[in-house]
Amino acid sequence: MRAIKNIKSCFVPLPIENVDTDQIIPARFLKATTKDGFGKNLFRDWRYENNDESKPKKGFVLNNPAYKGSILVAEKNFGCGSSREHAAWAILDYGFHAVVSSFFADIFKNNALNNGVLPVQVSEGFLQKIFAQEADAELAIDLEKQKITICNTGEEEAFEINAYKKTCLLNGYDDIDFLLSIKEDIEKFELVKTY
Amino acid sequence: MGKTLFEKIWEKHIVKQVDGGPSVLYIDKHFIHEVTSPQAFTGLNKRGIKVFRPTQTVATADHNVPTLNQHLPIKEELSRLQVEALIKNCAEHGVELYGLGHPFQGIVHVIGPELGITQPGMTIVCGDSHTSTHGAFGAIAFGIGTSEVEMVLATQCVMQSKPKLMRINIEGELNKAVVSKDIILYIISKISASGATGHFVEYSGSAIRSLSMEARMTICNMSIEMGARGGMIAPDETTFNYIKGKMFAPQGAEWEQKLNYWKTLYSDGDALFDKELFIDAAEIEPMITYGTNPGMGIGVTQKIPTVETINENDKSGLQKSLTYMGLQEGAPIKGQKIDYVFIGSCTNSRIEDLRMVASFVKGKKKANGVEVWIVPGSKQVEKQAVEEGIDKILADAGFQLRQPGCSACLGMNEDKIPAGKYCISTSNRNFEGRQGAGARTLLASPLTAAAAAITGVVTDVRELLN
Ligand code: SF4
Repeated sequence: MRAIKNIKSCFVPLPIENVDTDQIIPARFLKATTKDGFGKNLFRDWRYENNDESKPKKGFVLNNPAYKGSILVAEKNFGCGSSREHAAWAILDYGFHAVVSSFFADIFKNNALNNGVLPVQVSEGFLQKIFAQEADAELAIDLEKQKITICNTGEEEAFEINAYKKTCLLNGYDDIDFLLSIKEDIEKFELVKTY
Repeated sequence: MGKTLFEKIWEKHIVKQVDGGPSVLYIDKHFIHEVTSPQAFTGLNKRGIKVFRPTQTVATADHNVPTLNQHLPIKEELSRLQVEALIKNCAEHGVELYGLGHPFQGIVHVIGPELGITQPGMTIVCGDSHTSTHGAFGAIAFGIGTSEVEMVLATQCVMQSKPKLMRINIEGELNKAVVSKDIILYIISKISASGATGHFVEYSGSAIRSLSMEARMTICNMSIEMGARGGMIAPDETTFNYIKGKMFAPQGAEWEQKLNYWKTLYSDGDALFDKELFIDAAEIEPMITYGTNPGMGIGVTQKIPTVETINENDKSGLQKSLTYMGLQEGAPIKGQKIDYVFIGSCTNSRIEDLRMVASFVKGKKKANGVEVWIVPGSKQVEKQAVEEGIDKILADAGFQLRQPGCSACLGMNEDKIPAGKYCISTSNRNFEGRQGAGARTLLASPLTAAAAAITGVVTDVRELLN
């Protein structure tokens, strides 16, 4: 997994609530047996008219050249629905390294963290301040200090992240590395478990 | 202080607590399927390791498989490749596979319980959010992502933080024609699609106790639709009777020993929950959804909400949803024309669901112009339906009984609802495009879906019962 420390970038606003993983990556694109290449189908049905890549929907933010950057900002309950990790892979493959929202669905949050995509949960008030920014405004996310800043105005907010997950992200190692390192404990547990 | 059902099971499965972090949770049973496992096996192969405890993982092919002519090779190339990858991975790693053609094949959340693999007190995971279904047996069961599938294959553990706990009590008697699907749609409509996020939910109360195992599974199945990590119901005589004698159920002395343990699995009287909700069963009528998240549901006799009347959580999405659905705010849902009826999915494709549909449609005919697909949850359900003559009753009514799989629940195979068409579906998600690009889904119980098949419009099934 890639390590993450600081992210400073413009952002792509998606002011929609309850964005479910079926929208992030529709089921018909889950047929790959690798983790790559999902980015081109990110938000596929919101992005293209009749599933036709030559007909981008004008109103959709990913088709608006004014918005770019490696941070996606969405309304509350982002990533609900299906547990497909493909949603996190699609977001990463498209080029996003962080998603900001006032609320994340649990499984998506875990999936994102396991793939080096940082979910930054902010207050509803702070989220609206971000949405109020112009297209070229930048956000700075400092994982070490657990702080997100709107660069233009200097407004900032602290965000929470589990200390263990933070260490993993900062160092680019994942849960599997950790679990494999404690295999002896697991084998011992199997001998003494009480059910 | 007493413990909750969840805590009793959770505590017994902690291998290690990470400082300032999640717990290492030991997993008893792991289910895999073709869509969310290939990258996990690739990960293992890259690390050069084998599955750690192969007998604790069971595989099936369900998401992608055709529901007609399953004996022929899968036509769609990518689907075929995924199914072939599963066969190869299971063979290489010594994992039992109930693939196409196997008498146990079926939707992963249908086969676990019917084979007796799912048991009280277990921790169960699968790379699929509806793993919550297995919680109906008093197990901690939840969906995981593919990285976590790899973790379980590699170490039989996942890293989890303890969720918050919520209890939903449903007391009283259910009204006529109200079934467990209506209960869960009602709960979600009350607390919204994110109302239980971060929580594990325990369902209790006399209305839950009175339900069969299969009906309980329908409820736990849709826990994820209100944002919960999972749902569970304390095991009782109904649970024990269901498991007894099943293929992989404990037997003889082991059965007695397990049974004694299972009987200790309930929330103590003084156990504390972070949140508690009380619902009167008598309030619930047959339910249906009108929008594009499962919280957007109403009683079938009610009107679609307006921006003023809708619950706070769905306000901003209402207009967008209704535009997608081609429905009007404030209009009655009853009488809405239907093009397709889908009875299937891990929510409602068990033998009781099929029996319920068959006993209702016996002697009736489907409306002209409506396409009706009945997709059994497993080979065993299909077999039993044939043994009981359910297939004939359905065929006489003009309903098509297909072969087992996820089918139109997510439209990964050929079973897609065309754009703009209305489908009344017993599945669990009405998201935009879930059943096919542009498809319009109305979620309901098997009874309400069957009633719409007969009349061609959204119908109050009670009017067709005498
Ligand atoms: S039936 Fe639907 S919800 Fe259930 S496992 Fe299959 S795709 Fe998922």
